[in-house]
Amino acid sequence: MTPQPAPRPARQPQAAVGTPRSRVDGRLKVTGQARFAADHGPADGIDGIVHAVLVDATIGRGRITSIEARAALAVPDVLTVIHHGNAPRLPYRDNSFPDSIHPPGERLRAFQDNHVRFFGQPVAVVVATTLEAARHAARLVEVTYDAEPPQLDLVTAPAHEPDIYTRGDAAAALASAPVQLEMTYRMGRNHHNAMEPHAIVARWDGDRLTVWEKTQWVADPRNELAAVFGIPQAAVRCYSRFVGGAFGNSGRTWVHSVAAALAARELRRPVKLVLSRRQLYFGIGFRPAYEYGVRLGSERDGRLTAVVHDVRGETSRYERHSDDLALGRMLYDTPNFRQDVRLVPLDVNTPTWMRGPGWSTTATALETSLDELAHELGIDPIELRIRNEPADDPATGQPFSTRRLHECYTTGMREFGWHRRSSRPRAVREGDWLIGMGMAAGAYPAESAPAQAHARLGADGTVVVRSASSDMGPGTTTSMAQVAADALGLPMWSVQFQLGDSMMPPAPVHALAWTMASVGSAVQATCDRLRRKAVALAVGDDRSPLHGVPADEVVVRRGWLHTRADPRRGETYQQLLARNGRTHLEAVGGYEPPEEIRYSMYAYSAIFAEVAVDARLGIVRVRRMLGVFDAGRIVNPKLADSQAHGGMIGGLGQALLEHTVTDPRDGRILNANLADYLVPTNADATDIRAIYIEGVDNEAAPIGVKGLGEVVQVGVAPAIANAVFNATGRRVRDLPITPEALLMPR
Amino acid sequence: MRPYTFAQPRSVREALRGAGPDTAFLAGGTTLVDLMKLEVVTPERVVDINRLPLDGITLDHKGLHIGALERMSDVAADRRVRENYPMVAQALELSASAQLRNMASIGGNLLQRTRCGYFRDVSTPCNKREPGSGCSALEGINRGHAVLGTSDDCIASHPSDLAVPLVALSTVVHLASARGTRSVPLDTFYTLPGATPEVENVLRPNELITGITVPRSPWAAHSLYVKVRDRQSYEFALTSAAVALGMRGRTITSARVAAGGVGTRPWRLTAVERALTGRPATAATFEAAVVRAADGAQPREHNAFKPALLRRTLVRALTELQESR
Repeated sequence: MTPQPAPRPARQPQAAVGTPRSRVDGRLKVTGQARFAADHGPADGIDGIVHAVLVDATIGRGRITSIEARAALAVPDVLTVIHHGNAPRLPYRDNSFPDSIHPPGERLRAFQDNHVRFFGQPVAVVVATTLEAARHAARLVEVTYDAEPPQLDLVTAPAHEPDIYTRGDAAAALASAPVQLEMTYRMGRNHHNAMEPHAIVARWDGDRLTVWEKTQWVADPRNELAAVFGIPQAAVRCYSRFVGGAFGNSGRTWVHSVAAALAARELRRPVKLVLSRRQLYFGIGFRPAYEYGVRLGSERDGRLTAVVHDVRGETSRYERHSDDLALGRMLYDTPNFRQDVRLVPLDVNTPTWMRGPGWSTTATALETSLDELAHELGIDPIELRIRNEPADDPATGQPFSTRRLHECYTTGMREFGWHRRSSRPRAVREGDWLIGMGMAAGAYPAESAPAQAHARLGADGTVVVRSASSDMGPGTTTSMAQVAADALGLPMWSVQFQLGDSMMPPAPVHALAWTMASVGSAVQATCDRLRRKAVALAVGDDRSPLHGVPADEVVVRRGWLHTRADPRRGETYQQLLARNGRTHLEAVGGYEPPEEIRYSMYAYSAIFAEVAVDARLGIVRVRRMLGVFDAGRIVNPKLADSQAHGGMIGGLGQALLEHTVTDPRDGRILNANLADYLVPTNADATDIRAIYIEGVDNEAAPIGVKGLGEVVQVGVAPAIANAVFNATGRRVRDLPITPEALLMPR
Repeated sequence: MRPYTFAQPRSVREALRGAGPDTAFLAGGTTLVDLMKLEVVTPERVVDINRLPLDGITLDHKGLHIGALERMSDVAADRRVRENYPMVAQALELSASAQLRNMASIGGNLLQRTRCGYFRDVSTPCNKREPGSGCSALEGINRGHAVLGTSDDCIASHPSDLAVPLVALSTVVHLASARGTRSVPLDTFYTLPGATPEVENVLRPNELITGITVPRSPWAAHSLYVKVRDRQSYEFALTSAAVALGMRGRTITSARVAAGGVGTRPWRLTAVERALTGRPATAATFEAAVVRAADGAQPREHNAFKPALLRRTLVRALTELQESR
């Protein structure tokens, strides 16, 4: 490995960053003191909260012919039933990128017409002073429909015009390739199933709206609700201090939030709305199902000459959600590549991002197809990948900022014991169990976005840093405090990072694994500025021991400002501020990504899996998994492990368990609960390990990170699928892999 | 949730007073409360029976007696159960999740309702929930559904793991009503759906399970429960097998075999038992004995794998049991 200099624009010693810190809010969370969206109420000054419950459509497509609410309104404590027949027409101003992350199309509106676009669409909202009354009354709302048969078949439904990417001449290269393979992979629909259900508390004060919302981006509810109700963005404030998992499902503001805000406005009372677990399967988005056709052409030595991807992915009829399916363009050195992506509009609600969005989908197709090619050619799957490793980005021609994928392979081979893998499938048996090993690679863009922060150093020597980011679970509150602590030369306990308020300095959506690159860089820049302010105050103060010392010569450790040469010569922040009569020092700062991107920047993964397949019963058990990641600098190895293990367990679910099952007749979701929608349990996820290849990437972000939260799920499912093939000799191309797929006669 | 009245009696007599078709008995609540939230079950009266003296586990010369209110986790942990009826403890431990097992009662387990997604969704037809409305599962998503004992009106599978070994071991259910008590073999306690899938057992509306007796037998201690499912915990069985063998040397002198996940009720396989009895406990015997285990199965679109998987599950259970000697 080539040693790279650590980024030291601040020339501050690194003390907190890089160390395995526990979550600063862990105690609050495990003792129930952390307050999530639905927990807000009188303690926050929200008095007189009433409860809203949605009524969901029970047809897959059609029109509402009547809504009878008399029985519901007769229930004691029920205040109102709002539906398209009595709801005010709302302005629904356009709210497109960059104010929102809505996909192109017409967003779903709350009770504005009688159309039913998908099974489960909200058709009314019932509000009552008690949750029980609202729930009961919601059942009593009688809705009649004029139903039409919904279009739900991804394979046969008409598709939009394809989005085509091409380089070289893939068709010609494929036709003349000595080795040709053609496969079709199918991936089932997945739901995020975060622990916290979507929830909102909405309160109007005159024309001003405040919401306590589950969101990955406090700016989004603000912008969307302002647009929907036709009020200035500044008239809406969104709080979201804690988020109980999201995985992409809270990036945009869904229609239930509008329903709650609408009910609050009509009733002039604060309204709380919490989606039921069942409603989370159609009230918010999901990872779309895909059909992924792959054709490969290669030389006999395994060098890829042509790759063709024909993709069909589901979206709704009213919006075009498209995942970023670009992994195939850049992972291997393929001169001829063509990818046709067809979105298929179905009578479903709009899909959305889900962990490793697009990249994990493509990885399943691409990385399984590579394994098929390796088997066909009799080449080790890792050797095949190394033979196709590009020198520069094959899509853009740009050099890679850092690409340590080869090192991920070699580290993984060594640590996993890859040499023990039999290249012949179905060769290793332990009793009833067939044992196999598989691997797959992955990548995810190392992107960043503008972000700002504010830091305030108090006379007591503690600092509060704020930015309007979110923490859906990675531990942002902790890792940002680490960054701030080092930039200011303070111990962790005297630093507090605050997030989750739309009035704070703006931050981008907490997604795409770019929060540390964006907000982290902003926090570092802001705290550097604040430290320099303090140093300037000291060296210019003739009563300071640091008077006259060049500012560059002053460093701060544990709150002690001193000269680099003589650690004893210095003073504390408290002494400095007190002597100068300052109550505080503060700074604002930010991060802007460079306008011109000169490098191809990605985080990489190499995932290894060992499975045991019961030869007689077809059940698959993952015995162990190893993920080796090139994600640049690791700010907190403990939190990184939490990310990596979670992502790999998510990939295990994709491979073997997770599948939203839809009734093809009406779009009803049959497993809309956590007993029937199978996510991995602890028993399914035993031996999981992550290794991070050391190194920073100074091109990707000033703070040297490439992002970890998404790449940890990219390549996991195909690694498991490839291990299943190695164990059984059976290639299952549909995810999740079920016992029946392995048992069916060939 | 609909309004209902709530009572907490202290005696069986008191509990049964006034019980009728609109009364629901609440024990662990893991099925009842779930289904009440979904409005699949809408009792007007809920009688909490947790204060009734229906607990206790005893073992005597007649067999194992378990009170209806014993919790699944307590029964599974009981040394007498584990030693003398291992497959009963195994079936309990492979059921649900630890949290549910801590709450759920034995009586409630035997009465738990099917996991059919259409049964649990009041916005779709279901003959079991609403007689005569039709069966949505026949032409719908039916991977988890039954292949044995089905009818044109219902293919819902019986969800209980525990009931499978209990049926194999000729367990007797003790019932009480205002008119007195009676005992019914568990195998005939459950009824086939036929044209009346809303009727699942012979329990009368004003009747309560007070306990069960699992008879003593030379084979119960040599028994095994195998459960096949996608994930390793907290999932209903795709297929399961409860097997108990009485042995003399290498010869099977008696066999008790039942299957779960495949039937509209726990499915005793007497033909397999007969084919095993008197034969040597060998792979050949096992393979031959299960050949006709799924005779009469009526697979649907998504559960066509179940007959084959059932045979394999049975062979696995028999083989593992034999190897454990």
